[in-house]
Amino acid sequence: MSEELTKKEKAELSKTKNPEKEREYTYQPKIDIIESDKELQLLADMPGVDETSISINLEGNELSVAGTVNKITPDGRALNYREYIPSSFERSFTLGNAIDRNGIKATVKDGILKLVLPKAKEMQPKKITVKAG
Amino acid sequence: MLWKEMDRLREELDGLFSRHMGQGYGEFPPVNVYTGEDDAVLTAAIPGIDPAELDVSCRQNTVTLKGERKKDKLEDGQRYIRNERGHGRFVRSFTLPFKVDAEAIEAEYKQGILVLRIPRAAEDKPRKIEVIAG
Repeated sequence: MSEELTKKEKAELSKTKNPEKEREYTYQPKIDIIESDKELQLLADMPGVDETSISINLEGNELSVAGTVNKITPDGRALNYREYIPSSFERSFTLGNAIDRNGIKATVKDGILKLVLPKAKEMQPKKITVKAG
Repeated sequence: MLWKEMDRLREELDGLFSRHMGQGYGEFPPVNVYTGEDDAVLTAAIPGIDPAELDVSCRQNTVTLKGERKKDKLEDGQRYIRNERGHGRFVRSFTLPFKVDAEAIEAEYKQGILVLRIPRAAEDKPRKIEVIAG
C-alpha cells in the first residue's frame, strides 16, 4: 500500500470517531429490471436523490448510475437515533448489444430512478408468417 | 476504491440479516431521529410511495407511521429479470422523550423521504425560574 493511501485511511478513521462528521458511505441501490419484447426497464431505489443530484454515464458497454443525497440534517438538532446514513448511491451495469444506446431515457420521481433501455429494432422479435407453398 | 469495496461487503453482510426491504438494518422504512430543544425531526427513507396513502398518527408521545409500498403491476409481456426492491405493508412507532404537541406535527414527503417535524408541547418545555434576592 502506498503511503498516500495510509494517510487517507488515517484521515477517514479519525473522521469516523466523530459521529457528526462521519465519512460518506456509498450504497448500491436496490433495483428491479423488467423486460419486454421492446425494452428493458430499470428501477432503482435512491431515496433523497433528485434530477439535479443524479448522473448517468455510458462508457462503452458500462452504464453507471450515481446519485448524491441532499442532506437534511436539521439545524440545531442532534442525531440521536439512526437506522440509515444519508449517503451516495452508485451502481454499474453491463449492457448487451441488443440495447439501442441512443434511445436510453431516464426519469426520477419520489426517490426512484427509472431507466428505459429500448432494444434495437433488429433485436426485437419478429413474427414470420408461413405462406402456403 | 478500498473503502468502496468495504462498503459493499458491509452492505452484503447487512443484507443477510435484513428482511426483504430497506437499506440493511432490518426495518422498513429506515428512520433517523434528530432532537433539539423545542422539537424532534424524524426522517424516513420510503422511496416511491403515494403520500396520500401514508398514515401518520400520534398518541401521547408516540408517533406511528403506517403505509404500504405497492408492488409494480407488470403489463402483458413484461417479466422480471431482477427483483430486489421490496414491497408490502409497514408500521413503525417511535416514542419521543418529551410530551408532543400532536396538533402541530408537520409532515412533508420529498424525493422519497418523509420528514416529520414533531414539536414539543409548550407546557413540557423547561422553564427558567428567576431567583429573587430576599
